Amino acid sequence: MSKKRKFYIFLMRSIMIVTTAFTAILVLFLLAYVFIEGIPNITWELLSTKPSYLEERIGILPDILNTVYIVIATLIFLLPLGVGAAIYLTEYARNQRVVTTIEYAAETLSGIPSIIYGLVGMLVFSNNFGTSLLAGALTLVIMNLPTIMRTTQESLKTVPQSYREGAFGLGAGKWRVIRTVVIPGCLDGVITGCILSIGRILGESAALLFTAGFAHALNNFFTGLRSPGATLTVALYVYAKEEGEFEVAFAIAAILMMLTLLINLSATLVGKYFAKRKNI
Amino acid sequence: MLGLITVGCVLLITIYLIISGLPAIREIGFVKFLFGKRWASTAAEPEYGILPFILTSIYGTAGAIILGVPIGFFTAVYLSKIANKKVRSVIEAAVNLLAGIPSVVYGLVGMLVLVPSIRKIFSVPDGASLLAAIIVLAIMILPNIIKVSITALDAVPEEYEDASLALGATPVETYFKVSVPAAKSGIAAAVVLGVGRAIGEAMAVMMVAGNVANMPSLFESVRFLTTAVASEMAYSSPGSLQRNALFSIALVLYLFIMLINAALNFFLKKDKEK
Repeated sequence: MSKKRKFYIFLMRSIMIVTTAFTAILVLFLLAYVFIEGIPNITWELLSTKPSYLEERIGILPDILNTVYIVIATLIFLLPLGVGAAIYLTEYARNQRVVTTIEYAAETLSGIPSIIYGLVGMLVFSNNFGTSLLAGALTLVIMNLPTIMRTTQESLKTVPQSYREGAFGLGAGKWRVIRTVVIPGCLDGVITGCILSIGRILGESAALLFTAGFAHALNNFFTGLRSPGATLTVALYVYAKEEGEFEVAFAIAAILMMLTLLINLSATLVGKYFAKRKNI
Repeated sequence: MLGLITVGCVLLITIYLIISGLPAIREIGFVKFLFGKRWASTAAEPEYGILPFILTSIYGTAGAIILGVPIGFFTAVYLSKIANKKVRSVIEAAVNLLAGIPSVVYGLVGMLVLVPSIRKIFSVPDGASLLAAIIVLAIMILPNIIKVSITALDAVPEEYEDASLALGATPVETYFKVSVPAAKSGIAAAVVLGVGRAIGEAMAVMMVAGNVANMPSLFESVRFLTTAVASEMAYSSPGSLQRNALFSIALVLYLFIMLINAALNFFLKKDKEK
């Protein structure tokens, strides 16, 4: 082998190993840095109280609750719309042109940056419902629609055609086939879609800043939906950028990192669980 | 009919952006708005030129691509072709984590690690600069580039590689001279996806780029299209020319994204045809 060839192979190999190592170290550094700076600042008082200027204390309980509320509210709207749209596309739609148009629209939606969702959400939802968690949740519904549609569609395609034909052969109607055969078959796609959407909701900030606002009031679910509130990410931004409270910001960042880890883990586990069940 | 909801959403967003974005462009003047070099929305005689934002967005995205694509590309080739199963699954999990980290966390780490170190290393008065934004964006697009490239590289038929190996090429030569060209439209799609994500990112950039409406320069504080919208939206009053101009900026950003989407579809379609 010529020297030139040997050198080429050596060079490419080293570049690949260096870049891969760089990626791995980057992730390790980010994890370690955020956890080292953040975890010592997570105290029970921080987690269980609301901020108070009188007592000079910062608590993130309202932000945690707001995050939970917005996740629930978004999923309530998102699930029927997304799953329904996916079922329509794979089971009912006959016109190929309609299908391509819808799929193209979904792809377009998934490429739009969140700040634009934020602006349109502000114009459409916040001007009607006021700056509130509900307006934020509705914005997030549009944002996550493509995700849940795609995962549901993909798992619908894996339901064997013979199952449907078998059910039809037994005399079941279209709706009954969908209810008893198709929907149970696409459960894994729906669950994966939910997990991915929750991950995206937890991480979203630009779309929520103008639609859900940044108040830190302690509310129950229904008043919470009607009033403005900051989720954890928005609270992180406000504390870091506007108020310079880096300790709180890092505590929130550490919590968000843990949630991200948890979500990735559960997505993998769900995938594995259903893959195993389908193989039987 | 539920399926048409996505079409409805796209139409809704497009129509709302056009309706709210056009008045300000008409009032300021198309050329003056797009090519004006000065943005001073709160001055006594306000000026609304968004050329600095457009150029910053383009430079910032280009910089992120130049830094991020080679790293992502070589990592993808390594993971897809050389790495053993264990290494691959560990690093893929790490990449997935990288993709899931909220952008504000990147912004926070960038603010406290990157910005001070840029100030020290290059001895500039303020580290919040275009360079900091480029580095943060490069890291943020890394997972997209790695994941999409791996998918493309995995799909290369094994026969191609076997043929090349049988002709006497070494594995490394085969990967770069056979597999990569075979996967090139998928890799191109990965790059375009990275461009889309970089140009649309707002929060992380807002925290590290300093947010002053300068013409782009590596060590100066700059404002992107996204951050221009985000930073003034909170205090502009509804109906004012300032707020309408912000909607016009969003419209320009939207057009950029549509262009990128079209490019992405072009590459993906090419991939499918093969």
